[in-house]
Amino acid sequence: MIAPLGKPDDAAKAGTSKAPALAFDQVTVRFGSYTAVSNASITVGDGEFVSIVGPTGCGKSTLLNVAAGLLEPTEGEISVYGKELDGINRQAGYLFQADALMPWRTALNNVITGLQYRNVPVREAEELGRKWLARVGLNGHHERFPHQLSGGMRKRVALAQTLIMDPKIILMDEPFSALDVQTRVLMENELLALWMADKKSVLFITHDLEEAISLSDRVIILSAGPGTHPIAEFVIDLPRPRDVSEVRMTPRFVELHHQIWEAMREEVLKAYERNQQKLAS
Amino acid sequence: MPGRGTMVLMQLALLVALFVAWFVLVKINILPIFFFGDPVLVLQQVFDWIISGEVFVHLATTLIETILGFLIGIFFGVAAGMWLGLSPIAAALLDPYIKALNAMPRVVLGPIFVVWFGLGIASKVALGVTLVFFVVFFNVFQGVREVSPVILANARMLGANRSQLLRTVYIPSAMSWVFSSLHMSVGMAFVGAVVGEYLGSSRGIGYLILQAESTFDVNAVFAGILVLTVFALLLDLTVTLAERRLIVGRPN
Ligand SMILES: Nc1ncnc2c1ncn2[C@@H]1O[C@H](COP(=O)(O)OP(=O)(O)O)[C@@H](O)[C@H]1O
Ligand SMILES: [Mg+2]
Repeated sequence: MIAPLGKPDDAAKAGTSKAPALAFDQVTVRFGSYTAVSNASITVGDGEFVSIVGPTGCGKSTLLNVAAGLLEPTEGEISVYGKELDGINRQAGYLFQADALMPWRTALNNVITGLQYRNVPVREAEELGRKWLARVGLNGHHERFPHQLSGGMRKRVALAQTLIMDPKIILMDEPFSALDVQTRVLMENELLALWMADKKSVLFITHDLEEAISLSDRVIILSAGPGTHPIAEFVIDLPRPRDVSEVRMTPRFVELHHQIWEAMREEVLKAYERNQQKLAS
Repeated sequence: MPGRGTMVLMQLALLVALFVAWFVLVKINILPIFFFGDPVLVLQQVFDWIISGEVFVHLATTLIETILGFLIGIFFGVAAGMWLGLSPIAAALLDPYIKALNAMPRVVLGPIFVVWFGLGIASKVALGVTLVFFVVFFNVFQGVREVSPVILANARMLGANRSQLLRTVYIPSAMSWVFSSLHMSVGMAFVGAVVGEYLGSSRGIGYLILQAESTFDVNAVFAGILVLTVFALLLDLTVTLAERRLIVGRPN
C-alpha cells in the first residue's frame, strides 16, 4: 500500500468505534404526570446480545417501544447505528410480549406478512415462509389459524414472522415467559443458534435473571419504577456456544448469578420499603 | 336431556298442538273467528298459493329486495364505518348527527322513500339499505377503533405503509365485525323489504298481506305471516350455512 491512510490511530478508531446498534441517550418517558423511565442510557453493540432485567411494571416494554420507534421519548434521544431515530426503526424486528398475530391469517400467511409488505412475489414469499416455519418446528401447521395453535406455537409463528424479515436488530419482550419449561429451553437454544449464525444485535427483555444470564453477553438491571433507569450492568463471560440448560450448572454461572442477585437485592428491598411506606402513609 | 331427534319431534308436536289449540279455541268460539281466522283455511290458503305458483313471484320479489338492500347496505356501512373510524375529526364532527340518526326509528323513512323512489323495488331496497347500513356502520366503526394496538404496532414494525395497514389490518378486522352482525343485517334487509312493500307496492309478501288486509281476509293475512316466517327462517339458515364456510379465521 502506497497511499497514506492517515494516522494509525484513526484507522483503529474507524474499525472499533463502529456505532452501536442501539444507543439510548438520557431517555425519559412520561405518561401524563407519571414518569415511567427517567434518564436511561443504554447501548447495544453491533452483534451483541443484551438483556434487560427488571421487576414487572418498571418500564421494560416502554424502553423497547422507544427502541422500536413506536414511542417517542419525552426527553433524550435514541440512535440506531449512529443515526438519530425518527419514526419506526426500520432496522429492527420486534417480538411483542402480547399476541400480535393476525387472527384472520393462517400461520404461513402470518409469517410472510412482512414480505408481502415488501412486495416479494407470492411464490417466493411462501417458499421462504415454509422454510421458516420448518425452522421453528412448525412443519405441517401452515394452514392453521392462530386460535388453532397453542400459545407456544403462536410464539414460534411470531418468531418466524419477525426473523424472516432478516432484521439487523431484534427486540424481544419477555418472549418466552408464557411457555412451559421444556418449550422454553428449546426455543432459547434455537434463538441462540439463530443469533450465532448471523450475528444480530439483540435487546432481550425478561424478568427472569437466569434466562438473562444464560443467553446474554451483557445483563442490565433496571431500578423499580417510577423513574426507572439502569442501576447495574454485568458482562457475562460464559463461553459460547452455550446450551442454556447446561450452562446453568457451571460454577461461573452460579457465581455471576450470586453477584447480580446481590446487586439486585438492594434494589428490590428499596422498592419493597418504598411500597411499605406508601401503604403506611 | 332427550336426544336431538327426540327434541325435534317434540318441537314439531308442540307446533301441531298450537295449531290444534288455535283450531279448537276458534271452533268453540272462545277466539272470535273474524279476528283469528281458521287455521285450516289458513293452511289451505298457503297451499293454494303454492299450487298456483303465485306465492313464488312474491317471494322472488322480496328476496331480490332483501339481497340488494343487504349488499348495498353492507357496502356503504363498511365504507362509512372505516372512514369515520379512521378520521377522529370527522367522527367528532358528525357525532351528534349519528346519534340522532341512530335514535330515530328508521322505518319512518319508508313513506319518504316511496315518494322519492316510487312504488317499485327501489323504495324497498332503499329502506333495507338504511336499516342495514346502521347495523354495519356501528359495528365497523367500533371495530376499527378497537383494532388491537399490538396487531397494528406489529404490522407497522413489519413495514406496512398506510394503505397496507388499511388492507391487511383495518379491513379484515372490520370484516370480522361485519360477520358478527350478519344475521342482524340480513334480518334488517328483510324487514326493510317487507315494510316497504306494506307501505305501497304491487308485488312481494308485504303486498300479499296488505292486499288481504284491505279485503278483511284474515285467513290470508295469517297465511302471509306464515309464509313470511318460514321464509325468514330459511334466510337465517342460509346465513348460518354461509357463516360456517367463511368463519374459519375467527376464534370461537
Ligand atoms: N400508554 C401508557 N399510558 C400510561 N401509562 C403507561 C402506558 N404504558 C405503560 N404505562 C405505565 O408505565 C409503567 C411501565 O410499563 P411497562 O413498560 O409496560 O412495564 P414492564 O414492561 O416493565 O412490565 C407502568 O406503570 C405502566 O402502567
Ligand atoms: Mg412489559
